[in-house]
Amino acid sequence: MFEKTGIASPEMVLEKFPPLSRINKGKVAVLECYRRIPCNPCETACPFGAIEIGEDINNMPILHADKCSGCGICLTRCPGLAIMIVDTSASEEYAELTLPYEFRPLPKKGDTVFALSRSGEFVCEALVLSALNPKSFDRTPAVRIRVPKKHLYDVRNIALIDKEG
Amino acid sequence: MITCELLVIGAGPAGLCSAITAAKSGASVVVLERSPDIGGQLIKQTHMFFGSKEQHASTRGVDIAEILREEIARYDIKLMLDTTALGIYEDGMVTALYKEEEYMKFKPGAIIVATGACERFLAFPNNDLPGVCGAGAVQTLMNVYGIMPAKDVVMLGAGNIGLIVSYQLMQAGVNVKCILDAAPKIGGYLVHASKVARMGVPIKTSHTVKRAIGEDHLTAVEIVALDDKFNQIPGTEEIIPADTLCVSVGLTPLCELLAMAGCKLSYIPQLGGMVPLKTGEYETSVPNIFVAGDTSGVEEASAAMVEGHIAGLCAAKRLGHIPEDFDAQYSSLNRQLMALRSGPAGEHIRQGLASACLNKEA
Repeated sequence: MFEKTGIASPEMVLEKFPPLSRINKGKVAVLECYRRIPCNPCETACPFGAIEIGEDINNMPILHADKCSGCGICLTRCPGLAIMIVDTSASEEYAELTLPYEFRPLPKKGDTVFALSRSGEFVCEALVLSALNPKSFDRTPAVRIRVPKKHLYDVRNIALIDKEG
Repeated sequence: MITCELLVIGAGPAGLCSAITAAKSGASVVVLERSPDIGGQLIKQTHMFFGSKEQHASTRGVDIAEILREEIARYDIKLMLDTTALGIYEDGMVTALYKEEEYMKFKPGAIIVATGACERFLAFPNNDLPGVCGAGAVQTLMNVYGIMPAKDVVMLGAGNIGLIVSYQLMQAGVNVKCILDAAPKIGGYLVHASKVARMGVPIKTSHTVKRAIGEDHLTAVEIVALDDKFNQIPGTEEIIPADTLCVSVGLTPLCELLAMAGCKLSYIPQLGGMVPLKTGEYETSVPNIFVAGDTSGVEEASAAMVEGHIAGLCAAKRLGHIPEDFDAQYSSLNRQLMALRSGPAGEHIRQGLASACLNKEA
């Protein structure tokens, strides 16, 4: 189905997530690169050597979660916008997701937005914790949101709530 | 008449890179470009490129154009904008038209043709209605001229261009209703497909346009599902209101100048249609006429840039400018191309290029 819709199945998604034990310790990258294409900026960008592609740039990236600091540099460098940062260490109740979001206007800290699934469907409301767009991100802003922990694997996008309805 | 060492036709990614490398090797270069600015398709590509850092991966196309502009300025390269090459003649003479008013003649020692490719179109009823247009045209209006090109779009074609332009339309605030593709699978990179899917845009594979609907402009598109033999399935028709139908069904190499010059061409579907046969040094069957980029096979711009560097290196060598590290440069560039093409995404390119190989002795 993925080849027909571009929507990864829950099993495919789960396979790309580091184990919960690691996510519970703090920020870590999730590399949702599901097919071999000639591309390696994530490996080049990572200052910790946590992403491995190797000699053949068509290889899919492998995340060494123990080396990943969750800094998010790769998130802004991935041409496929296929990387997000996840973190469940802050509270019992919530997961924090940092997503690339190349749309205007950017949400602001404190806003409530809609959290959307990989097929663009509404999952839940989410609180915006930060929305960063410094020059070094090269116009790929990173929006950090807070969602109930049970939606950790479901949320992959946001939509602003249209105040006019 | 203008005499020059190397004449490059086309200032897109392939042409610019060939000019830079040839000039670096010591050749004096003239570049003809029909548009008022350099960069070719790069100037409308607001997305980040794939590949590796040698091809500026992770940099946006529009910024790569600026990087190349700065490099061009450092070398002995004369840019002639608004200048359309019209013909390459038997005696090696090239004619061109400046601003549609002044004709010019060039007598170069060698030529690199880097004219790129053009969009294909599709036959269906009412495909001449205003509102039916190429995805590339819409991308130009939007990203080069800052014009919101539509309100509601149906995109035909889920290759990389169809997917990327859909995403950029959404960035501009345009509503993309759906993306259709006659093939049973998405042709473009799936990371691009996922980007539009999570915005809620349905990608309908095994679907095509049955007809465009409207009196004096497009108001709706009738779509239809296809079976596994690409036959329309009666009863699956659906009418989608839209003011624009973007057609993104692939590109065809622009090799008319090469045909006129007498270069051997061959129909190679994996490369996009009629393409010139070429040697390992990117020379066509006509001595001193070289090619690079989409002109000799439709591919990603990253590959076009590397091909440009190789063609520039080899054309300069033909003109007697051989850098000391020629062999090292040549093999390093070829390694880059191999890396870009070695995966499943490059399979059709590898097949196509095997058929486009020109054996000089034959």
